[in-house]
Amino acid sequence: MEKVKFYYLAPEELNKIFDYFKARGYKIAGPTVRDNAIVYDEIKSVNDLPLGWTDEQSPGSYRLKRRDDKALFGYVVGPHSWKKFLFPPILTLWEAKRENGKFKICESGYDGEKFVFVGVRACEISAILIQDKIFGGGQYAEPNYLKRRENVFIIAVNCNDPGNNCFCLSTGTGPKVLTGYDLVLTEVISEGKHYLIVEPGTEVGAEVLMSLDFREATPDEIEEAKKISGEAINKFKKEVDLDGVVEMLQSNYENPLWEKISEKCLTCANCTMVCPTCFCNTVEDVTDLTGQSAKRIRKWDSCFTLEFSYIHGGSLRYSTMSRYRQWMIHKLSTWKNQFGMLGCVGCGRCITWCPVGIDIVENVKLFRSDVLKFKT
Amino acid sequence: MELVEKELLTTIQNPMLPLTFQVRSRRQETKDTFTLEIEPVESGVEFKFLPGQFNMVYVFGVGEVPISISSDPNRWNRIAHTIRMVGVVTKAMGKLKKGDLLGIRGPFGSSWPIDRCSECDIVIVAGGIGLAPLRPAIYHILSNREKYNRVVLLYGARTPDDILYKNEIEKWRSRFDFEVYVTVDRGTTGWKGNVGVVTTLIPRAPFNPENTVAFVCGPEIMMRFTSLELLKRGVKEHNIFLSMERNMKCGIGLCGHCQFGPAFICKDGPVFSYSQIKDLIFKREI
Amino acid sequence: MEFETLEKLLREHPFFRDLKEEYLSLIVGCARNVFYKPGEFIFREGEQANEFYIIRDGKISLEVSAPGKKPIVIQTLESGEVLGWSWITPPYYWHFDARAIEPTKAIALDGRCLRNKCEEDHSLGYELLKRFITIVEQRLQATRIQLLDLYGAG
Repeated sequence: MEKVKFYYLAPEELNKIFDYFKARGYKIAGPTVRDNAIVYDEIKSVNDLPLGWTDEQSPGSYRLKRRDDKALFGYVVGPHSWKKFLFPPILTLWEAKRENGKFKICESGYDGEKFVFVGVRACEISAILIQDKIFGGGQYAEPNYLKRRENVFIIAVNCNDPGNNCFCLSTGTGPKVLTGYDLVLTEVISEGKHYLIVEPGTEVGAEVLMSLDFREATPDEIEEAKKISGEAINKFKKEVDLDGVVEMLQSNYENPLWEKISEKCLTCANCTMVCPTCFCNTVEDVTDLTGQSAKRIRKWDSCFTLEFSYIHGGSLRYSTMSRYRQWMIHKLSTWKNQFGMLGCVGCGRCITWCPVGIDIVENVKLFRSDVLKFKT
Repeated sequence: MELVEKELLTTIQNPMLPLTFQVRSRRQETKDTFTLEIEPVESGVEFKFLPGQFNMVYVFGVGEVPISISSDPNRWNRIAHTIRMVGVVTKAMGKLKKGDLLGIRGPFGSSWPIDRCSECDIVIVAGGIGLAPLRPAIYHILSNREKYNRVVLLYGARTPDDILYKNEIEKWRSRFDFEVYVTVDRGTTGWKGNVGVVTTLIPRAPFNPENTVAFVCGPEIMMRFTSLELLKRGVKEHNIFLSMERNMKCGIGLCGHCQFGPAFICKDGPVFSYSQIKDLIFKREI
Repeated sequence: MEFETLEKLLREHPFFRDLKEEYLSLIVGCARNVFYKPGEFIFREGEQANEFYIIRDGKISLEVSAPGKKPIVIQTLESGEVLGWSWITPPYYWHFDARAIEPTKAIALDGRCLRNKCEEDHSLGYELLKRFITIVEQRLQATRIQLLDLYGAG
């Protein structure tokens, strides 16, 4: 690729990119306000983005608030993540029919949809790369995921203002977008100016920008954008030292702290549903009333349910403690053994959407001080 | 006999799609346990597996469960599953007859390390239906008998009526190069054999612990007690192998259900060495 | 001559493995060779327990009978194992029936004779008790596993 060029876009000029892809059969998926939250859904134009909205988050709490500007990306992350497009919550894997005493199994699953993801954060790109590893990087690949993933164009956005529950600086997955994008945006709002600086990350991205006749950004504009996004790292309110956490947790399965930190847990599974990396799923085999056709439906599942660990005779993880422990040790420890990285990208969703505000960051800190206490 | 390389085992393009097999025969083993012999419906399918691996077995419209393969790994396309009727799916399997169809995904998982050593003693300890996943290893060992020193089977069942593969065990017992000991937890009238749990056979079984590889399969508690008893006799930790059971749904490490600490039982297991899992197996609710 | 043979047999049995020679020659004075035909009772529940048995060859079943039922086999014992520990604990009564189910060769050791020797020499007593406690422990473990009914329908 030639030297990377930066382009200047007025906010409404994003529509040009959307139209470019719509003409090529893509659907545009992006953030939009619905039911008092910023969710990811199909959008038509820039006007569907959460213009002038922000989100205020704390453990167990999420509120939308008006900003005093017209920012397109002036919030952090909501209850949705991009996994709902790549790894749909409910998916028919195959259908089978009885014919002349035999049965025939036909693959279903992917219907050819192509998506542009708009406003993907650095932590979310990390989450997508993690799921790429899970569904495509091992001995067995998940063909549905891979087909969907091949047909995605990613427009990322740098985070200028991390939220109260964000800790991607600690997980090393943000706030600046460094990899895994086709285009990356930096939104600049200052002294009456409001514009986007766009930088391509792939050949395809560069071609799109070139073909749409955007003007190249001036050195001053590029400088201003860099300054604004560069300041983000100084604005974090949540930080945690994750050094050695993999070993620490796996050598503390029987620490009494687990009882304490899981005391409030309702095993509602919210944390696993909002988590952008959680991949556990189950299948249901169903048949029609005549018994002539059957299908297998895959659904998101959660390690917080009793059924999850059921083997003949009963559930293996019968206590709330053991299910919370399974989730947290998986996220921050055994995930590393399985896939080579942690399963946490520091997005803070599990903290925000936990109805009782259990905070994984605080729990790591509790473990750290407890383990250190016994060491000295 | 040469066993297939593990990499060549994936017989199917999409591991999430079942292949159709049909029932060749059904044999009632005990009151609640039966063996289905099945073969692929499509010609051109070559189904190879390693001893200790399992299949995901699907009954049309009812559901899918993991079942270990219990046939001879040397006989491709003639697969046997020994199944105990305990749930909805296995009960539906119990009703299948010759010619009925099944969906098969597999083979999946790790295998018994039958080529781990040459000239060593092999001790196979089975409890209950745990004999089924060990039978392919027994077939392999007996057809390559010259590679091993002493070969011992210690098998514990609940009662004499619960003993699997009775005729075959009698045949094995009559061989001079295979030491077979069967015991039951509860004797019944007419039972002339041993009474006592399978672990009681270990102290007196004829093998040289220094140079022994042990394969153990049965309920988890039985495998723990058996491991401790084998260790007591001096068998080395890394030479004891266990076959673990967890809730396996996808069979390919993608659904998360069968996690056991860092391992996925379905693809990293089900066969593990004692030294691999000793830190987790005595902990609760892992 | 007979003593020599008995001493050799005792020395070779796993129960007496690595026992000091001086103890072995003390114990052999309490020992005698026995043989049982299949079906023959070795002892019966409620009888005085004055011996224990080192099984050389054959198979013995420990049984308990209940009215209206066929006898229940608790455990079978074979070559290399030991039958009976009720001779150690007062008031020295057998708790089960022991019956040979195969032609069985064993060495019977006189409990009264041994108890006296152990009282006189506590080191010998401790040595023997260590060996018996191992067997008691094994049987207790086995009983616990049996109680779990591991292969049951769950």
